[in-house]
Order: sequence, then C-alpha cells, then structure tokens
Amino acid sequence: MEIVLALAIGILTASGLWLIFRPRTFQVILGLSLLSYAVNLFILAAGRLRSDAPPIVGRDPASADPAFYADPLPQALVLTAIVISFATTALLLVVLLASRGLTGTDHVDGEDGET
Amino acid sequence: MTDWIDHLVITPIILPLMASALMLAFDERRRVLKRVLSLATAALLIANAAALLWLAGDGSGPLVYLLGNWAAPFGIVLVADRLSAMMLLLASVVGFTALFYAVARWDRSGPRFHALFLLLLMGVNGAFLTGDIFNLFVFFEVLLAASYGLILHGSGTERTSASLHYITINIAASLLFLLGVALLYAVTGTLNMADLAHRVASTDAGDLALLEAGAAVLGIAFLIKAGIWPLSFWLPRTYAAAAPPVAAVFAIMTKVGIYVLLRLSSLIFGDASGEAARFANEALLYAGLATMIFGIVGILSARQLTRVAGYYVLVSSGTLLAAVGIGGEALIAAMLFYLVSSTLAVSALYLIIEPVERNADEEDMIAGIAEPVFDDEYVGAIEEVTDEEGVIIPGTIAILGGGFIFCALLLAGLPPLSGFIAKFAMIDALLKASEVEPAGWVLIGLIILSGLATMIIMTRAGIDLLWTPGEDAPSRLSLVEVVPIGLLLTVCLGLMLWAGPVMAYLEKTSSALHQPAHYVAAVTDAPQAGREQ
Repeated sequence: MEIVLALAIGILTASGLWLIFRPRTFQVILGLSLLSYAVNLFILAAGRLRSDAPPIVGRDPASADPAFYADPLPQALVLTAIVISFATTALLLVVLLASRGLTGTDHVDGEDGET
Repeated sequence: MTDWIDHLVITPIILPLMASALMLAFDERRRVLKRVLSLATAALLIANAAALLWLAGDGSGPLVYLLGNWAAPFGIVLVADRLSAMMLLLASVVGFTALFYAVARWDRSGPRFHALFLLLLMGVNGAFLTGDIFNLFVFFEVLLAASYGLILHGSGTERTSASLHYITINIAASLLFLLGVALLYAVTGTLNMADLAHRVASTDAGDLALLEAGAAVLGIAFLIKAGIWPLSFWLPRTYAAAAPPVAAVFAIMTKVGIYVLLRLSSLIFGDASGEAARFANEALLYAGLATMIFGIVGILSARQLTRVAGYYVLVSSGTLLAAVGIGGEALIAAMLFYLVSSTLAVSALYLIIEPVERNADEEDMIAGIAEPVFDDEYVGAIEEVTDEEGVIIPGTIAILGGGFIFCALLLAGLPPLSGFIAKFAMIDALLKASEVEPAGWVLIGLIILSGLATMIIMTRAGIDLLWTPGEDAPSRLSLVEVVPIGLLLTVCLGLMLWAGPVMAYLEKTSSALHQPAHYVAAVTDAPQAGREQ
C-alpha cells in the first residue's frame, strides 16, 4: 500500500508542478488542485498508514487501547485542508474569469506574448 | 484573576468575527451603520490589545486560554505573552487607522469592505495568539482569504491581474505550509507549539533530517509571506495595486510571517533543543541580507511612490530576518523596536502617498480641462484657480509636506525620530556582541545604506510631487484622511518620546523569547477552569 500511495503522491505532485508552470490560468488552477490532492494524501500518510482500523474509539472501555485505532488527527487535518483548498480554488476561479473578462486573454500575465 | 479577564485572550478573535458576521445582515446602503460598527470594533480591539499588553507585561508570565477547556497538548490553546500582545496592539493600531482612512471614500468603491477588513484583523490576531501550528494554518487562511477579497477591492484590470498572481502564490505557499505541518507531525506526533518544543529536543538522530526538512518547508511558507528574496517579486506590484488603506493594513501581513519565524525559531529551535538548535539561522541571515540588497536596489530604481513603499517593506523584512538570523537578546529587542517603528511608518506612507499623488495628478487634470474641446464648455473652474495665484502656501500642502517629511525621516532612520532609535539600537547591539562577524558588518552597512537610499528617493519624490510650485491650488484634503495619518505619526512620536520604557518592555520580551521553558511550562501547566489542580 505504501508504494501505491507514494507513487500516487509523486505523480500528482509532478503533474501539478508541470501544470502550474504553464502560461494559461486554467492550467494553473488545475495544477494547484492536483498539488492540493497530493498534499492531502501526504498528510494522511503522516499519520502512518493503517487499514481496517477505525479512527474513533468505541463505547466499550475495554477496547480503549490506542493500538487498535488509526490516528484520527491527520484525518481531521485533511478534512480542514480540503474545505479550505476548495474555497480558495473557487475564489481563484472567479478571479480567473474576471481577469479573462478584463484583459481579454487567459494568459497568466494578462497579455498574450505569442499572438 | 477574575473570569472575564481570562476571556480577553480570545476576544481579539471573537469580536471582529461577530462584527463582520453581523455586518453581512445589513445591505450596502446602511453605510453609516457599518462604518460605526467596524470603527467601534477596531477601537475595542486596540483597547483589548492594550489590556493584554498590560496583563502579559506584569511579570506573571504568558496568559494561556484553553479552548473548550481541554488540557494543553490535546486541546487547542491560545497564548498571549509579551510578544503576542505587542504584535496584537501593533496590528490593531494599523487596522484602526487604515479603517478610519477608508471611511473617507475607499470603502465605497466595492461591496463588503468592512466585513472583509474585520475578518483580516481576525486572522492576523488569531495568528499572533495561537499556540498550535495547525491552528496557525487556519488563521493564515482566514487572513489570506480576507486579503484576497480586499486586494480585489475596487476592481480594475491592474488589481485583478496582480491579485491573480497574489492568490496563486499564496495558495502554493499554503500547500507548502501543510506539507511542513504534516512532516513535523509525522516526526514528533504533536502540533502544539509548546509540546513541539519539548519533543524536538528528544528527537532521534535518524529522524532529525526529516524534522529539519519539515521545518524548512514550513519556513519557506512563512518566508514567502515575509517577502524574502527571491520569493518576493509579487510583493511590490501587489501592494502597489491595492487600494491605499488595504496596502496600509497589508504592512502588518509581512510581519506576521516574521513573527511566526521568530516564535518558532526561538521556541522550537532555540539553544535548548539539542541537535536541531539554530539549524536555519544562517540561512535566514543570508536570505535577509539578500532581501535587503534587492530592496535597496528596488527603492532606488522605483518610479512610483507605491513601488518605493513596496520595496521598503522588503528592506524592513530583510533587516528583521537578518537580525533573527544573528540572534542574541539585545539584537532581538532592538529588532522588535524596528519592527514596530517600520510597520507604523510604512503604513503611514501608504496612506499619505495617495493624497500627495492626487495633488500632482490634479494638476495634470486641470491642465487638460483648461483647453475646452467645445466652445460652450464650462471653463469657470480654471478661471477661479488662476485668481488665487500668489496665495501663501496653502494648508493642504503644509500638512501633506509635513507628514511626508516626517514619514521620510522615520523610514530613512534619521534622528531624532523612532526610526533612528531603532536602527541605532540594532547597530549598537551588533557592535556590542563579543565578536562582530563579517555578516554583522554587512548588516550594519546595509542598514545605513538602506536609510540613504530611502532618503534619496523620498527627497526626489517630495520635490517632484509637493514642493515644485504648481500654478493651481492644491486639491482638497479631507479631515478624515489627515486624522489617521496624524495618528500613526503621533504613535511614532510617542515611540520616540517614551523610547526608554518601550525598550525596557522589548528587552523583557526578548529575554522571555530566549527562555522558552517558561512558555512551555505556562502552556502545559495551564489550569483547567472549574477543576482542582
């Protein structure tokens, strides 16, 4: 599982980086989204990978041994990070549209050097 | 301590949040109500920060607030120590004056100005108060989200295009922030700053590289906010594109990055933290020096005053970072004095630029009107102006000129104002060190050089914009615009007059920063309310 997750994070990061260096605003936004997925997976990995382990302690006090459970904190962090990156991406999309409307081009600098 | 005093630690966050939420309930036509509400909130924030300053400064140690009454490493804590209280006061003074200035007309150029502005203050206050790294991220996002809205305030092509870059860079920086937090958590298993300080000291040698990598990634995120070279090319342009009151309050935002670096480097990577101690200080020093050089070159080459102010922000960031890099109690105290003085001065400069340039612009505009395109066009305005020729220097020019000179002296660090005291204290601390390293000499040289560059450019701009006799009367200057500028400059004057007590406070702040054990003990031993210890 570790190798799959590491590959996924690596591929997402590489594609994201490639995209944010592109000159079109939409590509930059997609790149940022991919990077944020990569970071979210990374945070999850920071809490050690466990399968079949719930993050919430049950009612039974006998089962309160932390060894049975996955670390809940990174999951909470990821949840927060997802919400925040979703909101900022939405905002960036609006700014992108405004910039496209005002400058007439989707180039990141507001002017198209190629044409 | 009675109960309500304990809650003063969280009110700097709650108050602006409630006020801005309340403001969303009223539509834009209730402008007077919104203005009164937001100014009252900002004034309360100043009072609150002053109370915290007094409480934290009386020697009883940091005030710790346990959110939800959970014990420290598990729950989230807010901590108000001397440094936080000082930064809170600085932020609320800058916030209040910028808001006051905005009432003149800037808050009318777009919707939701006051709500966003208060949210920005909430994010800044939260970042200063929090004692938890992930919460720091959340507050950073709050202040950034509000700043995205504010930078777009007033719209326009230049603003939209500059803010597109600003937002993209800050989202990327936030991702780095998260990466750093995740790495630190993976190594130490905690996000609480005090707990981190405790655990970093006992890190395995094998995990040390991972820990330092995490801290470095985290540091990069703050350095982008602080505007370090080569990650600062966005800053002068963005700040120049923002509306003046927005730019004035943004002057505090680079200082948030510096504050966090100072806090984390003293708390987590102080001398007591074993292998990892002071691991990034050299990098900070050289990056700071490079930023100063870049800023000085930028100041000298800038053609607009707003750009000059932007590059000055970089110079002051660079100076502060280099001082953090060298470290030492006396230098950190002097650096904090410089931080306060330069933030107030830059903020005042951003506010004064617009009336000064408006004065110059108006000349051109009137010159354009003087030649009517159609015969029946109204030319009375210009006739009236020519009648007034030969009048003594009008009040507007006197006020603007006086304020401008005051700003220039503050920024350049010429005696006798607080800018001079700050630079003098820094150079003094550098020279008093047992052995002045080459980097120390470079820093002294650059501090003096940056003052010279600022003076040159401010003189040039002043002659250009203010003291070249024009043929027409200066434009009006409303009282609402003069008062906040005057207020900021008065605070600087106060810093000069009471430099002794202020320095004494800052020296205590600095020595507290160098004894992180007190901070850690205050957080881990914080009593839970309603529970016997």
